[in-house]
Amino acid sequence: MRAAKVLLFVAWIAVLAATPFFADNNIVRTAIMLAMYSVLAYSWNFIGGFTGYPSFATAAFFGLGCYAGAIVEHAGVPMALAWIAATVFVALFAAVLGAIVLRLRGHYFAIGSIAIVEVCRLVVSSWSSLTGGGNGLNVPLLMWHPNTVAMFFLYVMLGLLAIVFAITVFVDNHRLGFGLKCIRQNEDAADMVGVNTTRYKVIAFVLSAFLCGTAGAVYASWVGYIDPTDSFQILLTVKVPVMTLLGGAGTVLGPAIGTAAFVVLEEFFWANFLSWNRAILGLIIVFLIFFLPGGLLNTSFRRVVRRLRGRESAGASA
Amino acid sequence: MSDYLRLENVSKTFGGIRAVNDVSFALKQGEIVGLIGPNGAGKTTLVNVITGVHPASLGRVIFQGEEVTRQKPFQAARRGLARTFQIVQPFPEMTVLDNVAAGALFGGSPEGLAEAREHAHRHLAFVGLDPIADQPAASLTLPNRKRLELAKSLAMNPKVLMLDEVNAGLNTGEIDTALDLIRRISERGITILLIEHLMKVVMSVSQRLLVLHHGALIAEGEPQKVVNDQHVVEAYLGEKFAKRLKEMGHA
Ligand SMILES: Nc1ncnc2c1ncn2[C@@H]1O[C@H](COP(=O)(O)OP(=O)(O)OP(=O)(O)O)[C@@H](O)[C@H]1O
Ligand SMILES: [Mg+2]
Repeated sequence: MRAAKVLLFVAWIAVLAATPFFADNNIVRTAIMLAMYSVLAYSWNFIGGFTGYPSFATAAFFGLGCYAGAIVEHAGVPMALAWIAATVFVALFAAVLGAIVLRLRGHYFAIGSIAIVEVCRLVVSSWSSLTGGGNGLNVPLLMWHPNTVAMFFLYVMLGLLAIVFAITVFVDNHRLGFGLKCIRQNEDAADMVGVNTTRYKVIAFVLSAFLCGTAGAVYASWVGYIDPTDSFQILLTVKVPVMTLLGGAGTVLGPAIGTAAFVVLEEFFWANFLSWNRAILGLIIVFLIFFLPGGLLNTSFRRVVRRLRGRESAGASA
Repeated sequence: MSDYLRLENVSKTFGGIRAVNDVSFALKQGEIVGLIGPNGAGKTTLVNVITGVHPASLGRVIFQGEEVTRQKPFQAARRGLARTFQIVQPFPEMTVLDNVAAGALFGGSPEGLAEAREHAHRHLAFVGLDPIADQPAASLTLPNRKRLELAKSLAMNPKVLMLDEVNAGLNTGEIDTALDLIRRISERGITILLIEHLMKVVMSVSQRLLVLHHGALIAEGEPQKVVNDQHVVEAYLGEKFAKRLKEMGHA
């Protein structure tokens, strides 16, 4: 069972990795975004899925990663080192912050985590001497052939995706994951059977953050220019949980499936009904809440079909 | 034998309410001690104080010679202070087996998940839930949820087990089984603090009784003596019950 999931995932990575060889630039660009969103969704899965804490802090981790990477790279540090620096910085940030906000539960935690995004954005836009403020920041671009550059960033993002997936599989099968699931279902009971809930939650929060930081830094190097509105998008902070929930929160394949489904839908609507793009997110949220509360992976489609049939036959006999 | 778990002048206040008021007592290793008292007397609060859920406002809790007054619940669990919840607290979507495995994995000696599940089967068999090990905990009836609480806390390999009304809602036949379980747990050397409204249960297994009333300990000692104590009769049992108990004793 576990082997089958890993195989499916590897196949998916292989498909994305092959895009530069058969598809146009636009598809490769989509593949990079897909890989990046998958990294964010898998990251969110640790805190929102396994642990059941509805975090909206993804955009803060991503944005801080963008800026940490860009600033360090701007100062002349080699790109790969800048990415590592951004990762470490965001991990530390999440550890310190987690110890504070994870005292909150439920709605309070959700609101607190949104506030983090806003505070980060404000700090970054007002600290112009370091961040360039609203003018944004340029990052040295790679001077290779555009196709090579795209391929390079695709493989970096896929590498991050492989790492976050490996951590997910590990967590899912070890006491950490078991403890996180206990916390999700009943935090008081988890405490009472001996789970160090504070420590476990902080670990989950850091896991949900650090690769968002890396992804942010890589993104900054890829696009070559960042500004506060682009880096700390509230939209991003909503999208990522929706992607994970769409696939199935707390599962090993859910984030990949949800992200793929979401990005495909988004691209399709983007191409065909440009002005309706935002409405789709809303529609998906409504659809999720009413029809797929457990996500695509946790839904018994047989039962849905049976229920529909039952209704049909009842309707026919009436 | 020396004191195993000792409370020294423990008080707990919630806002203005003094739920536990200057309580001192000690449990010896392997004892079964009944804790009785009317609704709202502070019995559950006392368990919460001992396990660190609501640390004492005043006084000290000492376990195996170590002061543990300020411990966190997970630390209490790892030290071997296990409890069942009066209002049951399962992990609802997990199987019955995994609920108990959680107790073994985190509260018991550290071991892998597979081994924890093995242990869990043993504890489930002990309380009679093994046939439904694969059902989600949310599907259980209340008496079975109480048994699940018991199995979960046993899996934590406890030294002191605090049973907060685990027998509520059981019928007469089931009560006999429960009594048997409690005796067998005690035979393993586990100290038991038994909170119970069913006097039949308390009287038949307790070696000692503690009586709590308005947060204060009003009587302590041999069960037969305690239930004949005038204060206890007035506060908790009522005259009628005391008389019936006396008749039972003479019969
Ligand atoms: N978390 C809390 N916050 C405020 N008051 C509380 C809290 N827990 C208990 N109390 C109060 O403390 C008092 C003792 O309650 P407790 O639950 O300990 O009684 P009990 O002896 O277990 O009663 P019962 O037999 O009904 O279970 C009650 O007045 C209760 O309202
Ligand atoms: Mg109570």
